[in-house]
Amino acid sequence: MLQYPESPSTVPADITVQNVLKGTGYWRLVWSRLRRQPVSLVATVILLAIVFVAVFAPWLTPHNPYTTSSLNRLLPVGSEGHILGTDENGRDMVSRLMYGARLTLLAGVLPIVVGIVIGGTLGVLAGYSGGWVNTLIMRITDVFYAFPPVLLAIAITGTLGTGMGNMLIALSITFTPPLIRIAETVTTQVRTQDYVEAARISGADTASIMRHHIMNNVMGPILVYATSLISISIILAAGLSFLGLGVSAPLAEWGLMLNGLRQVVWIDPLLAAIPGVMIFITSMSFNLLSDGLRQAMDVRL
Amino acid sequence: MTDTPLFSVKNLVKHFPVHGGLLQREVGRVQAVDDISFALNPQETLGMVGESGCGKSTTAKLVVRLIEPDSGRMELDGLPLSRGRAWDKDFRRRVQMVFQNSFSSLNPRMPIASSIAFAPTIHGASRTKSMQRAMELLEIVGLDPSLYGGRYPHELSGGQRQRVNIARALAVNPDLVILDEAVSALDKSVEAQVLNLLADLKRDFGLTYLFISHDLNVIKYLSDRVVVMYLGKIVESGPVEAVYGMPRHPYTRALLDSMPSVIPGKRSDHAPLTGDPPNPINPPSGCRFRTRCPHAEPVCGKAVPPLLEPIGSASQQTLAGHEVACLMHQRGSGHSQAPEGEPVREAV
Amino acid sequence: MIAFAIRRILYAIPILIGVSLFVFILIRLVPGDVVDILIPPEAPRRVAEDLRARFGLDQPVYIQYFTWLQRILMGDFGISAFNNRPVALDLFVSLGNTALIAVPAAIIGFTLGSILGTLAAFFRGSWLDTIFSSIAIAGVSLPHYWVGIVLVAIFSAGYNLLPAQGMAPGGFPTTWQQVTHLILPVATLSLIPMGVISRLVRANVLEILSQEFVPALHGKGLLNRGVLVHIIHNAAPPALALMGLQLGYLLGGSILVEAVFNWPGSGTLMQLAIFRRDIPVLSATILVLAAIFVLLNILVDIMQAYIDPRMRR
Repeated sequence: MLQYPESPSTVPADITVQNVLKGTGYWRLVWSRLRRQPVSLVATVILLAIVFVAVFAPWLTPHNPYTTSSLNRLLPVGSEGHILGTDENGRDMVSRLMYGARLTLLAGVLPIVVGIVIGGTLGVLAGYSGGWVNTLIMRITDVFYAFPPVLLAIAITGTLGTGMGNMLIALSITFTPPLIRIAETVTTQVRTQDYVEAARISGADTASIMRHHIMNNVMGPILVYATSLISISIILAAGLSFLGLGVSAPLAEWGLMLNGLRQVVWIDPLLAAIPGVMIFITSMSFNLLSDGLRQAMDVRL
Repeated sequence: MTDTPLFSVKNLVKHFPVHGGLLQREVGRVQAVDDISFALNPQETLGMVGESGCGKSTTAKLVVRLIEPDSGRMELDGLPLSRGRAWDKDFRRRVQMVFQNSFSSLNPRMPIASSIAFAPTIHGASRTKSMQRAMELLEIVGLDPSLYGGRYPHELSGGQRQRVNIARALAVNPDLVILDEAVSALDKSVEAQVLNLLADLKRDFGLTYLFISHDLNVIKYLSDRVVVMYLGKIVESGPVEAVYGMPRHPYTRALLDSMPSVIPGKRSDHAPLTGDPPNPINPPSGCRFRTRCPHAEPVCGKAVPPLLEPIGSASQQTLAGHEVACLMHQRGSGHSQAPEGEPVREAV
Repeated sequence: MIAFAIRRILYAIPILIGVSLFVFILIRLVPGDVVDILIPPEAPRRVAEDLRARFGLDQPVYIQYFTWLQRILMGDFGISAFNNRPVALDLFVSLGNTALIAVPAAIIGFTLGSILGTLAAFFRGSWLDTIFSSIAIAGVSLPHYWVGIVLVAIFSAGYNLLPAQGMAPGGFPTTWQQVTHLILPVATLSLIPMGVISRLVRANVLEILSQEFVPALHGKGLLNRGVLVHIIHNAAPPALALMGLQLGYLLGGSILVEAVFNWPGSGTLMQLAIFRRDIPVLSATILVLAAIFVLLNILVDIMQAYIDPRMRR
């Protein structure tokens, strides 16, 4: 046990631990930096709006997204009662876009979360252990890296079958290897730093080193990379549905809507392009957020 | 004055394998540390000096048990250190280290007060107590805790960070602190402040230092005894006045000659050292310095000269504890300059 | 250097084996097998069993794997379950068609991306930089298949300038008519490498500029020839390496753009195989595309090591 000699403290009484460390948490620092970046703020606001719409869609939609109407097919943008028009089956675009937000966000975020949990753990394990554990994990990861991501996702959905569940599985498998890799790279970097050795010299065991030194420094880069992967996952998920390999009709999903409206491009190009705009906005916002996070987390300045 | 040194090292050996070729097999070994022995007496400062690649940093890592030696013995307070995993919490409290790179020694995402308080919490102190101790230490090393406690490493200067590192090393009340080029990266003015701080701390806390540097002036300023290393071996050791005042080993001589001096009359005309240091994978046989030594003779290549007190003629006074690994100063060694007589057996 | 190349190639062999295993496992996961597709479900069991034996499906799994692998290595990719034609022929024709749009797309994306990135670095901080960087980010965030639709909307449906779909018959384009079919798909595909490469080039050129040349540039003017040569010399290798990788992504991931333009490439072949449950075609396509990607990676690594000796681990 560590015993300190009982000498009167030389530190003035009003300087307590609390008020020195107040507001110095690392994540609070990141947050305060993020707040000052205009681009990130805009991106965050947009994303929050999309999430809000997705969550409260059933209460927000002006019409039922599944009701078809042969009479009202392909109403142009600005029509009465349908601000963004109707699709090839007469269904209201705005409502379908709102419901599509749910599926898109789900397909974008969930695979990445799975990837962080599984891939992050494997990667940190590989990076920290080194030796044969590292070699084994990274070699298996390399096999997955031999496939271009699109190819991998399509191969898996192609064999497993269509549907949201299979698509989520396919995307999770596609995005776990990159997360393993970045986790391993960062962990290896951090592990060789002097402060980790200093912690070992102080007698810390692996668990303490992990908790206090590794995790904090590794989560940052992983999170930055993961956010940029979300933007890709959104595009890929919509792409799979576009091909008919993901979600199927009559569900409202932006990629599926793009597919349905393909021939409409000859009649009303604006209508056909709208779902793609939503995909673009969502993906771009995640990308900008990723950039902003990267800048906010930098501690080398 | 007790007889037992605080920390002693006997016949320490550490080689690093080198891989190459098509199948990455071992093609050689870097003989970083080759059979060195020294002792650290309580509350003294032992300086370790030598050029890059001589094995100083490896020695530091061995002493602090970041790496394990290939062979040899280390003792703390006369008791041998337990082999295998160095989970010895007691050792981990009594021996600490300050690194050269002040920035990479600190967790960039932790406020420095937390960094300092980390080690005490490992050893069982409560978080509150550890933090209080961290604040006190910040004050002791000259940083206002209310200003600096919550800051991050990138917000401090190099000198300030090194003070934090020293505070961090002291947080667990160690007995032995190893300073591996701890001031080498600092500006000269800052270096002086930190050196003085170190001297004060040693006095106030009763510390023992192993001070490693390539800067001879700094070693002279801070050390009681000094050890000179060359290519993995100790070539000379002794009280700092002896080694600096009467250097025996040709390498020590050359090192001291190459110190820039402000005294005009002390400039030398000849280049102290010629050639490049030999390859540590394939060191010269026998005395490793013989390839650059102006006094080398065939007998120098036969066997490694042991580290012994020079037995000289009466006109050459030697301070006690001054040892040299050079055949020129060992009686009956076979070197033309060695005094005649029976060879002295190396004390076991 | 040669040692590095040999090591790199040797290293790829277990990867390729792993890939083949993965594809094989994938095939096994498909519910039902080839025989179920070929014969109606009411057929007597004897017939089904005979067919299975003929296809070798009654052997233990690992033997099936090795026979399959053996045949692949000898170039026999089997017969399509859909139209009974040898897979290899269709596969390579499709691959050629994909390369027809992928290679120009990679080259154009690389060129434009490098120019954009360099300009963005030169005009760092100004509104030009913001525009270029925005284009780069957009290039990465845009769903490229959607851009294809938009381009079709503008150039085909809107102004009737370019054909919206399909590839003009006749293989390698020699007539203007054939080239027009190429333009939109290539333009669409080139967006992704353009975005990725321009970001990399911008970062690299910035780093080079910050190293030695800033004072010299201010003195001599930005477009001094020596400076440009130096920049290209230093920034080109990683950009070229990235282009190699992007080419691999384009070859393997072209399916989305091919779907938009009905382009008869390997992507479409795969899509059709999925819908027709044509396992031989599907597995062969995936395997070949992955193998090409692995080989491209090896080439890129070796080229990088050749140019920059530091990369030879």
